[in-house]
Amino acid sequence: MIKFASVFKAFPKGGLAVKDVTFHIAKGEFAFLTGHSGAGKSTILKLMYAGEPVTSGEVRVSGFNVTAITRREVPRLRRRLGIVFQDFRLLEDRTAEENVAFALEVTGARWAGISARVMRVLTQVGLAAKAAAYPRELSGGEQQRVAIARALVNEPLVLLADEPTGNLDERATRGVFQLLRDINAGGTAVVMATHDLDLVRQAPYRVLELQDGALVYDSQADEAHDQAVSP
Amino acid sequence: MRLVVREAALAFRRAPLLSALSVTTIAFSLFVVTLFGLVAVNLQQGLRAVAERVEVVAYLLPGTPVETVTLALKDIEAFPEVQSADFVSEDQALARARAELVEFRDVLQELERNPLPASIEVRLKPHYRDAASVDAVAERLRGFGFVDDVRFGRDWVEKLDRLRQLAGAVGLGVGAAFAAVAIIIIGTTIRMAVLHRSREIAIMRLVGATDGFVRRPFLLEGALKGLAGGLCAMALCYGAYAAINRWLLHVAFLSRTQALAVVGFGTLIGLIGSAASVGRHLRHV
Repeated sequence: MIKFASVFKAFPKGGLAVKDVTFHIAKGEFAFLTGHSGAGKSTILKLMYAGEPVTSGEVRVSGFNVTAITRREVPRLRRRLGIVFQDFRLLEDRTAEENVAFALEVTGARWAGISARVMRVLTQVGLAAKAAAYPRELSGGEQQRVAIARALVNEPLVLLADEPTGNLDERATRGVFQLLRDINAGGTAVVMATHDLDLVRQAPYRVLELQDGALVYDSQADEAHDQAVSP
Repeated sequence: MRLVVREAALAFRRAPLLSALSVTTIAFSLFVVTLFGLVAVNLQQGLRAVAERVEVVAYLLPGTPVETVTLALKDIEAFPEVQSADFVSEDQALARARAELVEFRDVLQELERNPLPASIEVRLKPHYRDAASVDAVAERLRGFGFVDDVRFGRDWVEKLDRLRQLAGAVGLGVGAAFAAVAIIIIGTTIRMAVLHRSREIAIMRLVGATDGFVRRPFLLEGALKGLAGGLCAMALCYGAYAAINRWLLHVAFLSRTQALAVVGFGTLIGLIGSAASVGRHLRHV
């Protein structure tokens, strides 16, 4: 589903943001990307959705060779992904329903089916009753749910979440995290960047830890190692 | 298409003040250009009226047979520069002199013999009313054996030529400068409108919108602003024209084609300005 092989990312003035990172995330898997601020979590996610070009190495996401992706192919890649951000990135002058519908409209989806699909995902995230509300009328947790609904409406195989609970209080954090777990239980792979270690400890998911752009810990590799050395 | 129209309409509704500001800026920029165009058109028309008086007169030797003159008139009318060639007999010349030169009426009445020669008056086509053409035609007229003398206001035609060249150069230079300023102002205004929505563009790209999808509503919006600005500019210009006509002096307005060209120019700048701004912006997201 997602493959990173010896990936490097250098910024012209910022040095190396990602150093020789290699990992593979399988279909339907839930993986945390952890590490302190500036460790490279967001950059790794950006490389996944072609938000930044890869400097060297190989990145493959959902059948796309992102390393060599053309500008024309980027929208097609993104339609196969769902992306959620810490700051929600909703269009302020559109209602929750319109925000979600917009992600369908850009794909050229048939008008007739859009409304039903939008209401279905809004129901899934528990916001059907607030479909007509504008982002400013919603709480942070609710706005993030709208963003998740927008990410889900194209039925992506992978959901990328960059600190999705970073701006939320504890209760909203629990709610959003549970929602992501439910989505993953439905078969969608989830990659969640977070520095909230309490959240990471709550669930038995794979953890990829980054430090200064390098992958310093992969719980899956650790498990494999444990199994290999145990008699 | 429905989506493009909806998104463009939304842009007007969401930022009515910015949209109104864009249209106003476009309108006033185009107004200045059009007003200058109006001055140029009137100047040109004035010069054309003066140029209409450019005439070459060939005085004929006394006793030239009418048949010879009639044949020569056909030849002269066939010159590429010539619009018309008219024969004025001695009697007609005298009658005209009596009518026009009122102060010499008594002298002209008492003449025993008509001293005025017959002549051929040659008028040139509009494009040939310049010194070089006049010279060429005069030279050819002198070639006719029955032509005694050829007259035309050489100095006057040369002055008119210079005036026309000056007006053309100044018009082109100042007009181009005004148009360039209008393009820069309109381009900047449109760019402001695009920057105002940069966050939205980034979000559109993130959810999988193609460049074309992002661009189309902006193009429509830019073209509509340009169109509205162009129409307002024409309305302002017409107002200025009506006021000048009423209180100052009688002037001509732009032709329908020229008016449409101004509105089309506005629409085109709106369109191109939007395409350039969005294109530049899209490269960064």
